[in-house]
Amino acid sequence: MKIYRIHALICAGGQCISAGGDSFESALKKELQAADLAEEIQIVETGCMGSCEMGPMMVIYPEGVVYVRLKPEDAEIITKEHFLKGRPVEHLMWRKEEGAFPRLEEVPFFAHQTKLVLRNCGLINPENIEEYIARDGYQGLAKAIADKDPKLVIDEIKKSGLRGRGGAGFPTGRKWETAYLQTSDIKYVVCNADEGDPGAYMDRSVLEGDPHSVIEGMAIAAYAIGAQKGYVYVRAEYPLAIKRLTHAIKQAKQSGVLGQQILGSDFSFDLEIRVGAGAFVCGEETALLNSIEGNRGEPKKKPPFPAEKGLFGKPTVINNVETFANIPVIMTKGADFFQTIGVPNNTGTKVFSLAGKVNTTGLIEVPLGISLRKIIFDIGGGIPHNKQFKGALTGGPSGGVIPATHIDTPIDYESLNSLGSMMGSGGLIVMDEDSCMVDIAKFFLKFTVDESCGKCTPCREGTKQMLNILEKITSGQGEEGDIERLEELGNTIKQTSLCNLGQSAPNPVLSTIRWFRNEYESHIRDKKCLCNVCTLSSPVKEVKKHARKKISH
Amino acid sequence: METSREESFPQIDLVIKREGNKVESLIQVLHGVQEMLGYLSVETQDYIAKEMNIPPSKVFGIVSFYNFFKTTKDADHVIMVCMGTACYVKGAAEVMKKFESELHIRKGQITPDKKFSIREVRCLGACGMAPVISVDGTDIYGRLTPEQIPGILSKYQ
Repeated sequence: MKIYRIHALICAGGQCISAGGDSFESALKKELQAADLAEEIQIVETGCMGSCEMGPMMVIYPEGVVYVRLKPEDAEIITKEHFLKGRPVEHLMWRKEEGAFPRLEEVPFFAHQTKLVLRNCGLINPENIEEYIARDGYQGLAKAIADKDPKLVIDEIKKSGLRGRGGAGFPTGRKWETAYLQTSDIKYVVCNADEGDPGAYMDRSVLEGDPHSVIEGMAIAAYAIGAQKGYVYVRAEYPLAIKRLTHAIKQAKQSGVLGQQILGSDFSFDLEIRVGAGAFVCGEETALLNSIEGNRGEPKKKPPFPAEKGLFGKPTVINNVETFANIPVIMTKGADFFQTIGVPNNTGTKVFSLAGKVNTTGLIEVPLGISLRKIIFDIGGGIPHNKQFKGALTGGPSGGVIPATHIDTPIDYESLNSLGSMMGSGGLIVMDEDSCMVDIAKFFLKFTVDESCGKCTPCREGTKQMLNILEKITSGQGEEGDIERLEELGNTIKQTSLCNLGQSAPNPVLSTIRWFRNEYESHIRDKKCLCNVCTLSSPVKEVKKHARKKISH
Repeated sequence: METSREESFPQIDLVIKREGNKVESLIQVLHGVQEMLGYLSVETQDYIAKEMNIPPSKVFGIVSFYNFFKTTKDADHVIMVCMGTACYVKGAAEVMKKFESELHIRKGQITPDKKFSIREVRCLGACGMAPVISVDGTDIYGRLTPEQIPGILSKYQ
């Protein structure tokens, strides 16, 4: 193996590429050639490093110097100063007002995180299986096959306390056990990578940055329940994730950790990718299975649960990307280790995509039980322009808002449910004083109205009626009783819809009414949007005049 | 038009051969054919139905259910404005308005010269750069303000 003096890790996550990471990389390669350094310095394209706001990013090891928002013209000075003379270029490094952070570990955005799922994202080249193996990859699978009875694997997962990271938090080990106990010659393992929650891209980043961790997790699940075949259902909107996963599956097969007689044992497991076609409801597990079978993605009644009667009518374990990425860690380091992270009954970590009105947006992984305050202020660096924090949205169109008064609530499944929100898949959108809560509720409802599959009436018709009322309110036509009508409709839809999409669709409305009723009231009674977002019919002229004045300055 | 579709029939056969002609391969076949032809006309759908031995109603049911499938030819350049939550709270609605006023069409429409169409899309997964748009699915522009829109459009004129 070749020894390099310096490793330059360049983020090749989707967002850094979009921000111009590619052109920086080619500029750097040219500079290294010109300076005759190509043999001394290795460029590694990694998966998402997390701080997407600061992209394109590069981390230089051994020191751990972080360069941010790089442009092609920066390649020259970094080569001349840092690589040739050993002097890091301060003005290109991640800085705060007083100066640059000397090392990655000292940047607050990274310092407060605990990385299990993202353990390899931003550190290894996702297109090279050897780098994954060098970081203990496929050791969990080897361990499972070599010295563990499938039942013991399931016991280990149960003991770890891992719960479904797709949002609902069902204990993973129990799901596996149900599938294990079914007598069937054919069983399936399915990975739900139909990440549809607008404002969330955790699964995309894991698939792009560390696809082997998902493959390994699925193979361990297959070994545990006795499945021979698996599918990864990925959104069509994620071409890079599909490309890297396809490549990883091919490599895994060549290396004998996937396919026939894995690692020389009797265990065989084959994996295929199914590309989704743009239907949010397919994130619902029964709808997703319908879609893999080649049908319209309409949900089915549960029970029977997929673990009993799933894909093609056979027992099927279906878990989310992040859940599977946790499995190798539990198998390698043990359930006892996993339990030391997080809090009792909420063990391990959760990945969030932190976005909206927060200084450092990006992908973060934190131990469960951490407070929202820590996430927003310590990791995210607070609210831009010193504005007031108003609330955070979790759970996307199925979730709700955590108001500023509850900023110290621990982030765990139960606490979020009790606030009327939910963990969800991991979108965490921060809102400041300028965000109108009625408008946000309307935004989410429009989404569910569009995405309702139309199979059951409460969801198809009910959400439409709720949206009509919200449009009335935000256009200044609201009347007394509208809030109560929304609550009544919302509760009915929750109780009577067929699947989770409908059952959770009213949440954003009910939760904003619960915490910000005054905003609804001011729209209805005073015909006023406190945040100046909605254009209500009567005071509209005033608002427009004001806006025009601003532009003419 | 008709002749070009005739010519592409063997190509459709190839896609079916690659993906398999079982019902469970239908969505993947439609993906492959749309990638090749740009859209799935009624004739194309009929042809696929016949070749795969699936009722045309089933094929149409799938095509109309999933947003990703298109039944008409799109513009030369498709502008996709992300309306994910992160983009929305950071002003995606203003960006959308600017595109609509610059191109004199509404979202979901196509300009008379077939040059541009505007589409509202769900999360593009680039929330760190919100608000974000994508042109033709390949060119991504982030941290946008309405003032930048005319400049972006002029690149594709």
